[in-house]
Amino acid sequence: MKILVAVKQVASRDSALKPAADGRWIDESDLTYEINEPDAYALESGLQLKEQHGGEVVVVAAGPARVSSSIREALAKGADRAIHIEQDGLDAWDSLSLARLLAAAARSESPDVVLTGLQSDDAGRGETGVMMAELLGMAHATIAMKIDVEGGVLKVKRELEGGWFQDLNLPMPALLAVQSGINKLRYATLMGIKKARTKEVKVMTAADLGVEAAPLAILERLALPVKKKQGEMIEGTPKEQAARLIEKLRFEARAI
Amino acid sequence: MPSFRGVDYLNIDLMLSEEELLVRQTARQFVDEEVAPVIKDCFNEGRFPSQLIRKMGELGFLGANLTGYGCAELSNVEYGLVMQEIERGDSGLRSFASVQGALVMYPIHTFGTDAQKEKWLPRLQSGDAVGCFGLTEPGFGSNPGGMTTTAKQDGAGWVLNGEKTWITNGTAADVAVVWARTDEGIRGFLVEKGMAGYTTSDIHGKLSMRASVTSSLMFSDCRIPGENVLPGAKGLKAALMCLSQARYGIGWGVVGAAMDCYEAARQYTIERKQFDNKPIASHQLVQAKLAWMVSEITKAQLLAMQCGRLKDMGKLEAAHISMLKGNNTAMALDVARTARDLLGANGITDDYPMMRHMANLESVKTYEGTDHIHTLVIGERVTGIPAYK
Repeated sequence: MKILVAVKQVASRDSALKPAADGRWIDESDLTYEINEPDAYALESGLQLKEQHGGEVVVVAAGPARVSSSIREALAKGADRAIHIEQDGLDAWDSLSLARLLAAAARSESPDVVLTGLQSDDAGRGETGVMMAELLGMAHATIAMKIDVEGGVLKVKRELEGGWFQDLNLPMPALLAVQSGINKLRYATLMGIKKARTKEVKVMTAADLGVEAAPLAILERLALPVKKKQGEMIEGTPKEQAARLIEKLRFEARAI
Repeated sequence: MPSFRGVDYLNIDLMLSEEELLVRQTARQFVDEEVAPVIKDCFNEGRFPSQLIRKMGELGFLGANLTGYGCAELSNVEYGLVMQEIERGDSGLRSFASVQGALVMYPIHTFGTDAQKEKWLPRLQSGDAVGCFGLTEPGFGSNPGGMTTTAKQDGAGWVLNGEKTWITNGTAADVAVVWARTDEGIRGFLVEKGMAGYTTSDIHGKLSMRASVTSSLMFSDCRIPGENVLPGAKGLKAALMCLSQARYGIGWGVVGAAMDCYEAARQYTIERKQFDNKPIASHQLVQAKLAWMVSEITKAQLLAMQCGRLKDMGKLEAAHISMLKGNNTAMALDVARTARDLLGANGITDDYPMMRHMANLESVKTYEGTDHIHTLVIGERVTGIPAYK
């Protein structure tokens, strides 16, 4: 079974974020990066599927040169090889344009299963995986909680609202967008880190994939909400003013 | 518990490769997830967290800079980063890893026969077996050359008599690397648990290194087979080569303990409010202490990094390691004390790590070469005059 896992590199949790000078994305000068958390669970799911059913795990990640550290981590955890679509400025791209890049790389691999995280911890749009599935003409399911393969069919448990679950059977190939926390993430062992050095990372450009390196829509400006200080004069007799103030403190400010 | 974000005032991480950062990440994550939640209770109860041994083996922490036999084959900088993170957890756990890797696996790897390597290294690497190192004696600490433990050849085997003490992992060890005086000078032997005439007992009443096993080893006509002598381990120099490996790791490790203390104090002083509801970090005397601590940690990081790069080039000398171990341990102890000061009374409780690190570092200051001896090594190096006697 060939399993392809799409991984995004995002700013580390608890990073202090501020908009970049050009306003297009966040200031990256002092940031450290990590594998997007839901993608880490997708990778773990892929590695477990390989352990149960055999085959190969191929990681695909798109982004600038720094993304190689997340690719190395995925290889150290046990992925067999990787494709790095090297492209700057993707954080300002629309999801469909990104999905086109990822889908083109996926198509060249003809995987049986494509796994992605449910959403990214930065933009949080949760649509790139689904768009990839449409572009690849694959069945897909989101919020996957449990993934099994039986008789060439993917058996997937999905999380619904209100404590409900849905069991689905999907034909392969299919794409699954994986929920965080569904398994226990493994460590990259020190032996695994050394072994990763010998694994293949194919660096490709949009042109190599036959996709135009231009987004359909671009994020023009990103800014922090402007804090406004607003005073309000309360009219009326002292008694009316006091009553009005108490009402505002209780129901608007929720201070009492 | 929030994950540790590191102390990197001078962007020293820019000197590290992707692979080195990934190695540190694994060790850091292990300490955050597996060590931090249990270490306070282990220390208070005087118990080594033995449940972590196999996990450390699985992750590659044991004998991490050795080659073959399942070892991780890390560079020396990577090995140092692992020691730094483990000691951020606790000096006792780092001591376990130092002894296992540098004082047991290293001598077997360097001085042992193929059969000894095949028998012990894979099991010591995985944590299926534990080792200890017997050099110090009740009467001979800084002067190991005076040891009185003897080994006499008897037919094909050897007979050992004597006592070793202050031995980390002693009672837990499946194999002990023991140094004894023979007719041909000092030699190294492998003594296995259960061999006749070999007994061990733990040292109790320690107020330091409480999450670590410390023991005495007794040899009373202890007969070991000829195949258990380490053929290459001849002379005190061989034992000192092992200590150089361990001291190198200590030089990195203590930086981790200092980082843990500094970071706890930094966060505390920003949150703790006094005088007009202002954080105590807004006072100049508090900032002076924080600035001093982060400066000292940064210098210690650079010292460790340079020693690591030299070791990877094969150019690190024992006199360099004395500066690394001596300076960084003294620094870490001073940082632990200064960090404790900033927390006032809260700092003396086990809600914070300072007292535990401080108590541990008192041991680290005098084990594996006291501060005095390391100073004299540097003194000899710059004057050409030995001043040990």
